[in-house]
Amino acid sequence: MTTHRPSAFAENVPGALADDQLQQALGNIKQGFVAKRARAAGDLPEFEALRDHARDIKDHTLNHLDAYLERYESRVHAQGGQVHWCPTGEDARRAVVDICTRVGAERCTKGKSMVAEEIGLGDALSAAGVTPVETDLGEYILQLRGEPPSHIIAPAIHLNRDQIAEDFRRAHLTLPPQRALDTARALVDEARGTLREHYLAADVGITGANLLVAETGQSVIVTNEGNGDLTQNLPRVHIVVASLEKVVPTLEDASTILRVLARSATGQEVTVYTTFSAGPRRPDDPDGPEEFHVVLLDNGRTGMLGTEFQEMLRCIKCGACMNHCPVYTAVGGHAYGATYVGPMGAVLTPALQGVEEAGHLPNASTFCGRCEAVCPVRIPLPGLMRRWREREFERHLTPLPVRSGLRVWAFAALRPRLYRLAMRAPLRVLGWLGRRRGRFGWLPLASGWTNHRELPAPAGRSFMDRWRAEGRDDT
Amino acid sequence: MAAEGPRVALFATCLVDLFRPSVGFAAVKLLRAAGCRVHVPRAQTCCGQPAYNSGDREDAKRIALQVIEAFEDADYVVVPSGSCGGTIACHYPGLFADDPDLAARARALAECTHELVSFLVDVMGVSEVTARHPATATYHDACAGLRELGVKGQARTLLDTVAGLNVRELPDSEVCCGFGGTFCVKYPDISNAMVADKVDAIVSTEADTLLAGDLGCLMNIAGKLQRRGSRVAVRHVAEVLAGEPEAPPIGEAGELS
Repeated sequence: MTTHRPSAFAENVPGALADDQLQQALGNIKQGFVAKRARAAGDLPEFEALRDHARDIKDHTLNHLDAYLERYESRVHAQGGQVHWCPTGEDARRAVVDICTRVGAERCTKGKSMVAEEIGLGDALSAAGVTPVETDLGEYILQLRGEPPSHIIAPAIHLNRDQIAEDFRRAHLTLPPQRALDTARALVDEARGTLREHYLAADVGITGANLLVAETGQSVIVTNEGNGDLTQNLPRVHIVVASLEKVVPTLEDASTILRVLARSATGQEVTVYTTFSAGPRRPDDPDGPEEFHVVLLDNGRTGMLGTEFQEMLRCIKCGACMNHCPVYTAVGGHAYGATYVGPMGAVLTPALQGVEEAGHLPNASTFCGRCEAVCPVRIPLPGLMRRWREREFERHLTPLPVRSGLRVWAFAALRPRLYRLAMRAPLRVLGWLGRRRGRFGWLPLASGWTNHRELPAPAGRSFMDRWRAEGRDDT
Repeated sequence: MAAEGPRVALFATCLVDLFRPSVGFAAVKLLRAAGCRVHVPRAQTCCGQPAYNSGDREDAKRIALQVIEAFEDADYVVVPSGSCGGTIACHYPGLFADDPDLAARARALAECTHELVSFLVDVMGVSEVTARHPATATYHDACAGLRELGVKGQARTLLDTVAGLNVRELPDSEVCCGFGGTFCVKYPDISNAMVADKVDAIVSTEADTLLAGDLGCLMNIAGKLQRRGSRVAVRHVAEVLAGEPEAPPIGEAGELS
């Protein structure tokens, strides 16, 4: 129903607004994520100071990104792992597929990774004859449905329990058809049982990374299901797929980021599982993979360094901006037609896919500022969306009627006497026409407004004209 | 008014100028009652926000410069809108980042620019008004005033002193009403969904009056309430604080002024 292209945003909106089931699911975000984040932030007196600290850590790292990435790489090497530098999504897909082919992998398990979504890794693996199985419950459900995530931390937030039960009945054909699937517990147990076999059979485990720690060469993932641990510990090969701005200098820095991440994302003090991995299994380790690889993706990010969009690279992918966004919670994630959705997606997607393709996303905002108010690393999201609008305007991508309308309006606004003269007659006419009802149900050229609401009639005479006639400046 | 009171330049805003002069007159009345000397510079039209938020930075700069020139002599610039006030106070300096002289003038103007109600309370120390307005009202926190300028408790503090007025908190009062300037006509369906939620919240309070400090939001909310057939009266908070509003509620019929 929705088209997975950012340029299809406006076409996707009516369907999303008319989808009652989706609207009900989106309504839960307010009581869920928003209320929990507010509570968690309120419970920690130093939360605002922590946000400043997290912002400063990310800024410092981005300003010395090359140095920290090289340090990270050398630590990974020292621990027996390999780092694959990938300028593009194609490079990253090839790096993962090459490893899988070399080790003769037929099956792989996959933890939740937005970077894997960004580069279309699942399809690339399938095409290469490696069957990927998503192990995050939400991602697993979406894999059964053939849908992309609609939220960066709660990928299946757009679905309800009945839909998931139907998917499970369709997919798990060896289980008794009459089994009860009417509780979340039953669904989780069934997914767990099914996934257990996949964990044991997988040759390769692929995870994302919430953080890369330069001083220790560790990658860090946070989950609430524990699927990440089973994905990375049981198979022979562990591949971490991460974008390069995930690096932080020290373990201490990582802990600061984790403290704001969990609270901002789910309102937890700490996620249920926080897993640090560093290299393949050592001789004395009880378990762990034989090979450890980090596929480090750029895909346009270093091109944002040193530009007005660098601040976007502070993002720690908590999802708070979308949970608090009145546009996201009105239409859901699929309408965006992009991997990254909500306010952070509205800034990042034009950087990754071009503003020609993704121009709708930074325009579909009222600049209400709620996203910036909750962002744990204080990214000025509305300001960056405005920057994309400026890039559009400079490149004449802004629709012609808007451009010419602005030009005429600005010409008048810069000539106060002309402006006043030009407004006088229309105000008189509209004031007279609207005198009986005080408003209009319809006006030519105003249907964008009047299709959904009445337009209050102007008073007939401007404040400036009346002030000149009746008012008096104090001296 | 005190002869030695601060000189306040009123920036009426384009929507108040064209649609609702009563807000401008209410602002003047409140400022004078607080001891300010008020003047209304002639060379004002708009703060430039429509150009600025549409990516037209050059026109935004030209309009900002016009505002700077017309207003920089005042002790304070006061705006009956958090949105337009926020544009001057938070965004003008950034527009001139590449010109140190203009940036300094923009910063100076930014520092003396205030939204009306927060100016009365925070700068002039007003703690009560003498108005009377028998009604049960609820109050919407317009986004830019709330998040750019920190306007939150000031309006409630003054509304509590209006005789006959009972104020009920609005659920989700800090959530955007869906106006967003050009947003409401660029993405009308999303804007409609947002204002529909806002109207549901207003109706749930059973208040008979909705107040806010930004005319754009008020026109959006009034228009939606009226399309639904609701009888809730919508007014700018300044009209109620100034007392005896001359105009009928927004979007209602009354005397042609």
